[in-house]
Amino acid sequence: MIDVSELRLRQVLPLGLLAGAFVAVLGLARGARRVPADFTFNNGNEVTSLDPATLTGLPGGRVARAIFEGLVVSHPRTLEPLPGAAESWEISTDALTYTFRMRHAARWSNGAPLTAHDFVYSFERFLNPLTAANYAYLLWYVKGARAYTSDVDVDGQARHDFSSVGIRAPDEYTLEIELDAPTPFFLDLLTFYTLCPVNRRSIEEARARWPERWELEWLRPENIVTNGPFRIIERRVNDRIRLVKSDSYWDAKNVAMRSIDVLAVEQEATMLNMYLTGDLDFTERINPALAREMLPREDFVPLPYLGTYFYRLNTTRPPFDDVRVRRALHLSLPREEICEQVLGVGQIPAFSLIPPILEGFEGASAGQPDLSRARALLVEAGYGEGGTPFPTIEIHYNTSEAHSAIAQVVAAAWRDALGINVKLRNEEWKVFLDSQNNLRFDVSRSSWLSDYADPSSFTDVFVSAGENNRTGWSNPEYDRLVALAARERDPQRRMGQLRDAESILMRECPILPIYFYVHQNVVAPRLGGFHHNVLDAHFPKFLYWMDDAELAEKRRAQPADWTRAPAHGPRAGLYSPAQQHERSAR
Amino acid sequence: MTRFLLRRLLWFGITLGIVMALSFFLMHAVKGGPFDGERQLEPAIERNLEARYHLDWPMWKQFLHYVGPLNLDQQGAAWLTGGDGSRTFGGVLSGDFGPSFRYRDFSVNDILAESLPISALLGFVAMMWALALGISTGIASALWRGSKIDLALRLAATCGIALPNFVIASFLIILFVFLLPLFPVAGWGNLSHMLLPGFCLGLVFAAYISRLTRTGLLEALSQNHIRSAHAKGLAPRTVVMRHALKGGLLPVISYLGPATAGILTGSLVIERIFYIPGTGSHFVNSALNRDYTLAMGVTIVYTVLVYTLNTIVDLAYTLLDPRIDLEEV
Repeated sequence: MIDVSELRLRQVLPLGLLAGAFVAVLGLARGARRVPADFTFNNGNEVTSLDPATLTGLPGGRVARAIFEGLVVSHPRTLEPLPGAAESWEISTDALTYTFRMRHAARWSNGAPLTAHDFVYSFERFLNPLTAANYAYLLWYVKGARAYTSDVDVDGQARHDFSSVGIRAPDEYTLEIELDAPTPFFLDLLTFYTLCPVNRRSIEEARARWPERWELEWLRPENIVTNGPFRIIERRVNDRIRLVKSDSYWDAKNVAMRSIDVLAVEQEATMLNMYLTGDLDFTERINPALAREMLPREDFVPLPYLGTYFYRLNTTRPPFDDVRVRRALHLSLPREEICEQVLGVGQIPAFSLIPPILEGFEGASAGQPDLSRARALLVEAGYGEGGTPFPTIEIHYNTSEAHSAIAQVVAAAWRDALGINVKLRNEEWKVFLDSQNNLRFDVSRSSWLSDYADPSSFTDVFVSAGENNRTGWSNPEYDRLVALAARERDPQRRMGQLRDAESILMRECPILPIYFYVHQNVVAPRLGGFHHNVLDAHFPKFLYWMDDAELAEKRRAQPADWTRAPAHGPRAGLYSPAQQHERSAR
Repeated sequence: MTRFLLRRLLWFGITLGIVMALSFFLMHAVKGGPFDGERQLEPAIERNLEARYHLDWPMWKQFLHYVGPLNLDQQGAAWLTGGDGSRTFGGVLSGDFGPSFRYRDFSVNDILAESLPISALLGFVAMMWALALGISTGIASALWRGSKIDLALRLAATCGIALPNFVIASFLIILFVFLLPLFPVAGWGNLSHMLLPGFCLGLVFAAYISRLTRTGLLEALSQNHIRSAHAKGLAPRTVVMRHALKGGLLPVISYLGPATAGILTGSLVIERIFYIPGTGSHFVNSALNRDYTLAMGVTIVYTVLVYTLNTIVDLAYTLLDPRIDLEEV
């Protein structure tokens, strides 16, 4: 018996080993094919989708901007709207009708011309309730669009016909969009990546070919048809997306990188390791524990962008229903200590909701810290000496070391300055969101990152009916000012209205701003065309590699105390055909 | 044997049913949904999303739809499936794990098909490391029992068991990536990407195998047939390698089943540190993202894997040791 079993084992074991070796060889063959890309960057997270209509989140936006192009694109530095798939546009005198002239040279990656009908189809699909696009509201400024998305029958189909929506193509190369009301930032909205066009024919062909799985099939790298500076040729979840330059793109002569690898590294230690060993040329995040050490390096220069870290107060609960209590908490918040001791890489103490970096907008301030005034306010509100004892309050945050460290500093400061008891409560992200949405908190950690470079993307949040308000606070004057500003066509008057709205918010303190974000980009010194802007948005189209001469020139302009970092990338540079031409002419 | 397998199959069905029902209802009972984010959705848009993924159905209907084999999706998806009606069959019982909520361009089947071979390959490399290290150090320990070598190896094995693999990974990255640039720091593609993570993942199992080999070999060496082999005048090397090791490795082989399951389920930390696109990372992430279908898919696949491996181990026991009777297992 023993002999037989041993015999079997002896036969089975080598077979198993052989099978394993075979798999290993397959794996080897697969990896060996890959040549490093011209540019490799870490996206921080896997993209949710390649379908511009339904994708959400910054990582998806970075890829969508590389492979698609909307009617209007952003200037990489100033973010002002520039012609994209549309060559030019006219705005009617009542500011209600936008007429776009399509670019005749614009092509899909399969060579077909890109026309106004493609945009009508794409916007219809984007607004269709069955597509269920998270960002559909961006187009609700268009006549009839809100009703088209919102009014659905029992099957979830739209009750209205798309002809009721103000989007038309009178001919192949003209696109007309009619708005409900003048919307001063409508062109900025159009630069948003979810408004990129999709190719109707490729979707319909996929539908005919794979009746059951066409929704996934049309997005596969081998099937998807795109219109941007790059096209996608490879994709593996949590591994990499390989992009290559698209020759059919109308502005291909201004694109330098021939290939780009997009990675989705989530571990902060891993992304820094990969950057330091040259596996990454750009990563958008860094281990907070190491950020300080990286600080004097030329490849890590944190700068502010449109993002604010703040605490929401639940104004439906006592004692936070009293504005004096809210102001007392505001006046005793240790912002400097948080920015310098807890964070320490250039974050800016915030005394307003909107970061003061928008050109032409001067925001309101909630006032500098003042401990004695804070104590006096609490007494006025009837707490402390001679009044009722202040109830124990709770700071609510989602589980994370950084949030916990900040909450501890705040709790200690409130305890010391105001003599109140503060407890901490942390929750897992999705549970945390659920609690915040349902106002199950006293003080809750929050942040807001702007989608477009306009103060209204912040002030819109706290209108009474806003689903992101989450404080229970409402103020009719605030709502009125925000609504006025949405229609105001004079930029200066509009900024004034938004500023007034912000000062109401800062006076009433339903939120306590803590600090303004700075980006944490680590960028290879040799990388050119990588501009800082207030949205921390980056556009692969403009990237190139500097040659030694240009790098030396850039370094000469840097402050003397910056440390040099190793310069990855080709020493001879990598320039777009147009730049190459310019350089040889010089 | 047949009766044993049939009984196992029956229990397999029951186990899987319970695992599916428990994880499905527990997961949906947890607060927060797949579409919750920092930005709350417009109510109308949220309704559209829920309708599209049937999250507006009563829970029992969602469960039946998920398990299958009948596809309850009648009118809702008519527009999406091209208007020509929907499929009669769907759900897990028809082999369809559904669409992923987080990775919207992929079905759960796609994701598992792509990531499981990678985790399997990583596991294979880890197992090779574990066997090579474990058996060789185990033999050395047994042969020089009580010596300094034995002490050092046993100490190392204890460390291997006690230290979590991410600590070992950090040390090895400092050593073999930054001080001695031999391996890439992370990523997946060729053999050089596999050796370091494979080693970290296999180390704890190497430590166990080393101990098992040592004990097994010591026991085998004290047996009568070994003494007679020595008496016959065979070279000590032949005695150990051909006679003693055969019996001495039995405990190691019976440990391979649980070890394989352990390597497969233990790879999540290593996969994250070394940026490996395997199934392990989906284990945790799918739950955090409330990616209901992917979390269910990973749970079901691992249940099947562990159950199958355990059954194979039970079968292997009887092949190795005729004293064990399957009918009594």
